[in-house]
Amino acid sequence: MKRKTPRVRQKEALAQQPQAVPGMKHKNLFVFSAVFLLVAFIVGALLYKSEKVDAAAEAYRQDKSTFIRAHSPAKGNAGAKVDIVEFFDPACETCKAFSPLVKKLMAANPDRIRLYLRYAPFHQGSDQVAKMLAAADKQGKFWETLDAVFATQASWAPNHQPQPQLVWNHIGGVGLDLARLRQDMNAPEIEALIRQDLADAKALNVTMTPEFFVNGKPLPSFGEGQLKELVVNALDAAYR
Amino acid sequence: MHAPNAIDAASRAQDKWSLVFACWLLASIATLGSLFFSEVMGHPPCVLCWYQRICMYPLVLVLPAGLFPFDRKVVRYALPLSLAGALIAVFHLLLVGGYVSENIRPCTQGIPCTEVQIVWFGFVTIPLLSALSFFLISALLVLTHRSSK
Repeated sequence: MKRKTPRVRQKEALAQQPQAVPGMKHKNLFVFSAVFLLVAFIVGALLYKSEKVDAAAEAYRQDKSTFIRAHSPAKGNAGAKVDIVEFFDPACETCKAFSPLVKKLMAANPDRIRLYLRYAPFHQGSDQVAKMLAAADKQGKFWETLDAVFATQASWAPNHQPQPQLVWNHIGGVGLDLARLRQDMNAPEIEALIRQDLADAKALNVTMTPEFFVNGKPLPSFGEGQLKELVVNALDAAYR
Repeated sequence: MHAPNAIDAASRAQDKWSLVFACWLLASIATLGSLFFSEVMGHPPCVLCWYQRICMYPLVLVLPAGLFPFDRKVVRYALPLSLAGALIAVFHLLLVGGYVSENIRPCTQGIPCTEVQIVWFGFVTIPLLSALSFFLISALLVLTHRSSK
């Protein structure tokens, strides 16, 4: 007869113990709990998202002022029925990447979309660039300046470290009165305007840029496709 | 081996299993909760939050290894994680409370760890929930160990 290894003996002892039955119960309890927790998480996430979308759309219907301020740079037909509100950071690469898509959407639907931009300079130092843009807006050159700032983003914000003083090298071709811009950007009203935008961003739960609201509705999840879909749906609803 | 002793041992093993299972439940709830805060509600985690996550998330996978089959030594590989997490959570609480001075703050980039993103009932914050979870898990694990003597 072969000698039993300690392992085999241990197994036999285990089989004789009364735990054999609770063992099954334990496994069931564990699997049930794991599935329950996962389902609770997914259901909770879906409920939270849909509630957030509804709340934003409702807030927009009642009062647009948190979404659109009088100072907000706007582009497109003033009578358009679809508003896109974009919170952006001049140093944010994804904001730059989204810019052509928004332009394309507006070009494809002329006079039906109005775009409003809001400052959300979350990167350290990019508030200075936001101030430059706001001061450029006073000279009626916001969009041209923004294009120049985005086009040269990699050189003035290498590795996500905005260096506002470098921006001056890249906005010369826009046709701005740079001396006036330097003076304007430090005005208290410009500072207040950026602070207002940041406060609105907080109120609207904007924690990342770019964040879009199409007629008050936020993106259900982040992505170019989602933005396109949101805009197309809003256009369908407004221009049936 | 006397029969009553066997039953006794079995029920004690059962109790210990339940304690470790409770630890796993806590760790899982904490893990999913933190993911809910960051991925669903969109609150970006600060550096200290990440360190606490590093201690909490492995517990969800490591504790079941001590449950099936039940391993009395589970304390040895789970407690270091929960204690390290508890330490970081306490440091985080001190930081938020202002008891730790600014210049030893480890976060210079991204989200400041002192920023309070959620307050429930006027005092429940994310680092407090984290500290509570780590302390409870540690206490239950210690209990498992002690009752095995």
